[in-house]
Amino acid sequence: MSVAVRPQLSHLRALESEAIHVMREVAAEFERPVLLFSGGKDSIVLLRLAEKAFRPAPFPFPLMHVDTGHNFPEVIEFRDRRVAELGERLIVASVQDSIDSGRVVEESGPRASRNRLQTVTLLDAIAEHGFDAAFGGARRDEERARAKERVFSFRDDFGQWDPKNQRPELWNLYNGRIRKGENVRVFPLSNWTELDVWEYIDQEQLEVPSIYFAHEREVFSRDGMLYALWPGTELIDGEKVFTDTVRYRTVGDMSCTGGVRSEAATLAEVVLEIAATRVTERGETRADDKVTEAAMEDRKKAGYF
Amino acid sequence: MTLDLLRFTTAGSVDDGKSTLIGRLLYDAKQVFEDQLEHVALASRRRGGEGTLDLALLTDGLRAEREQGITIDVAYRYFATARRRFIIADCPGHQQYTRNMVTGASTADVAVVLIDARRGVLEQSKRHAFISALLGIPEMVVAINKMDLVDYSQARFEEIVGEFEGFAAKLNGGHRRTITYIPLSALNGDNVVERSEVMRWYDGPVLLDLLEQVEVAYDHPYERPARFPVQWVIRPATGTLTGDYRAYGGQLASGALRRGDEVAVLPSGGRTRIAAIDTYDGELEEAMAPMSFALRLEDELDVSRGELICHPDESPTVTRELEADVCWMAQEPMRPGGRYVIKHTSRKATAIVEGIGEIVDVHTLERDDPPAELNLNDIARVRLRTSAPLVLDPYTSNRRTGSFILIDESSNGTVGAGMITEAAPTP
Repeated sequence: MSVAVRPQLSHLRALESEAIHVMREVAAEFERPVLLFSGGKDSIVLLRLAEKAFRPAPFPFPLMHVDTGHNFPEVIEFRDRRVAELGERLIVASVQDSIDSGRVVEESGPRASRNRLQTVTLLDAIAEHGFDAAFGGARRDEERARAKERVFSFRDDFGQWDPKNQRPELWNLYNGRIRKGENVRVFPLSNWTELDVWEYIDQEQLEVPSIYFAHEREVFSRDGMLYALWPGTELIDGEKVFTDTVRYRTVGDMSCTGGVRSEAATLAEVVLEIAATRVTERGETRADDKVTEAAMEDRKKAGYF
Repeated sequence: MTLDLLRFTTAGSVDDGKSTLIGRLLYDAKQVFEDQLEHVALASRRRGGEGTLDLALLTDGLRAEREQGITIDVAYRYFATARRRFIIADCPGHQQYTRNMVTGASTADVAVVLIDARRGVLEQSKRHAFISALLGIPEMVVAINKMDLVDYSQARFEEIVGEFEGFAAKLNGGHRRTITYIPLSALNGDNVVERSEVMRWYDGPVLLDLLEQVEVAYDHPYERPARFPVQWVIRPATGTLTGDYRAYGGQLASGALRRGDEVAVLPSGGRTRIAAIDTYDGELEEAMAPMSFALRLEDELDVSRGELICHPDESPTVTRELEADVCWMAQEPMRPGGRYVIKHTSRKATAIVEGIGEIVDVHTLERDDPPAELNLNDIARVRLRTSAPLVLDPYTSNRRTGSFILIDESSNGTVGAGMITEAAPTP
C-alpha cells in the first residue's frame, strides 16, 4: 500500500507515547504504585500523561508529595488545587514529622537545608504504605549521574541505587520483578529534556505555579544565585536584600532554590527563554547539586528521588 | 516528512575518540551549556591539559568513571537541531562490551561505528557492526576518525572502506541496510558538523547532515503489519457515568490501524471490528506506530493484558516453541533445562531451555559448535519452550514482536536478551 503524504509524528508525541507505555506497564505489573507529585513542572507533566494513560477511569495509584515544610506557598496552593481538580488522592509525607519523631536532625546555620532530610521521609513513606513502584519526574538530561539511570531504576530494601549493578534495559521491555521490601523508581520522562517539558506544557496548555513566571520578589545574592527572602532566611555578613524581577526554573525548597532574572511572563516566553538559555537548570538554580562533583550521584545512592 | 526523533548508538573506548566525537557533535551543534563547559575546562586543567578543552570530558558520568578514565555503563545523551531531536545511546567499549552494545543497539535507528584511521578495521569496530546488524539497526554510518593523523589521506580512507566492505558482506540478517562512510576528525571538527576544508576530495554528507536526513522504520507505517499488544484494560467502576466503558490501552508496535478495521485477537483467536480509537484528546480515524492509544471493539470479547490485536490476514505466529539468538548478560551461565521468566511484548510466561545451538565467535564472527553452556557476553542460537503461547514475529521482520528478555526467577535480574529467528506454530 502506498500513500501520497506520509504522516508525521512530532518528537513530543513520540515521547508522550513512550511515557504512556511506561505508565501502563507499571500499573499492570506492580501491586502498589504511587506517583510523586511536587507541584513542579516535571510532575505536572506526569499528571497529564497519567490522564492520557488511564482516563476515563481514575488513576490506578495515589499521588504523594514529600513536603519539606520549606516549599513556596504558591506551589502548595497549586498542588492542592490541581489534585482537587483531578479528583485523585494525595498523600503528604512531611519532613517536619520526621524531625519531630527524631528520625532526622535538622541542619542549622545560614546554609541549612532540608533537601538531604527528604530522603528519609520518602523511604519511610514508601515503607509505611508498602509502595513497590514510585513514579518520579527525573530526566536524564538533568545531571551526569542521571544520564546512566534506567527508566525502571531498581532500589534495594535500603532504598539504595547501585549504579554499577543496574539491570540491562532493552527495547521497551521493562523488568519490574522485585522482592518484598524492594522498590522500583520509574522515570517516564527519562528521554525528555527541559525544553521538551516546557514545549509540552505549552502544547497542552497546562497550568503551572506562578513562581515559574517573572514576578517581583525580595531576594538576596549568595554564591552567584538569587535566593528568596523567607521567614527561615539567615543572612550572612554583607548580604543585602533587594527587589528584583525573577522567575524559577525549578521548584525546590525556598532555602536552596535560586531564581533567575527574567521577564518571561507567559508560557510562550518561557519556552523562548529556555530555548536560548546557555546554562543547565540545575547549574543555574540548585545549590544542592553544587556541593561536590558527584553530589547527585551520592544522594541517589542513598535513596534520593 | 519523517519522525523528528532519531535514536542512534555509538560504541567504543576513549582511545577511538568516541567521547571526543560526541563532545564535538554537541559542541559544534551549540548544545553545550556554559556550566558544563566550565566543568570541562576545570577538569581539563586538573588533568594537566592547560589551555585546552578536552571535549571527551563532556560525556563524563559516574565518579568511578572520572577517577579511572573508563566508561562503565550505557549513557543516554540528548541534543537537538532545527530539524530533529536526537537521543544518543553511548556505549562503553571495554567492560561488559557485548551486553552494553546490545542494550544500546536495541532501541537505535542508526549505528555510528567508529574506526581509528591509523589502525584500520579492528575487532571492536567489527563487533559493533555485527551487533548492530544482529539487533536489526537498518542504517549504519562508519565514521573513519582521526583523519588528521593520516594526513587526511584519501588513499587511506579508501583502503579502510575496502577493508570494511569485505567484512560487511559477512554480516547476515535479512535487513535492508545501507552503509555510509565518512572521513572525519572529531578533534578538529572536520566533517562532524562543519564540512572539512582540508578533505575536499570527500563529497558525501557530513555526519550531522546525515543524521538529520536519514529515514527510520516508523516513517513507513503502511509497509508493516499492524501489531497492537494490549497492556491495560481501561474500565471505570460500574455505576459511574462512564461505567459501561471498556477499552484496551497499548502502544502500536508497528503498522497502522483504522476505525472499522476487521481485527483478530491472539492467542484467544476472537474476531471483531474496531469500534473506536480513543485518546485523551479525542477519537482518531487512524493511528500508526509508535502511538499509544486505547481501542474499543465492536463485540464483547474476553481480551486481557498480553493479547495481541492485528489484521486477520497478516497474523503473526502463535507458538510455544521458538528459536532465538540470545545474548547472555549474567555471571551465572545458561544451561539446557534452565527455567526463566520470559517477557515478550506485554506477556509473561515461563521458558525452559530445550537446547543451545551454534555460538557466535564475536572475534571472527564465525558460528561455532554448540557450547555446553552460555556465559556472560556470549551470543548463541537457543531453543525455548514456553508455558503459555506467545504471539510473535521473526526479529528481522519486527523488532518489537520479535524480541524478548529472560529474567532469573530467584535473583530477578535481567539475564538474557533474545531475537527470535524462527517460530514453529503450535499444532
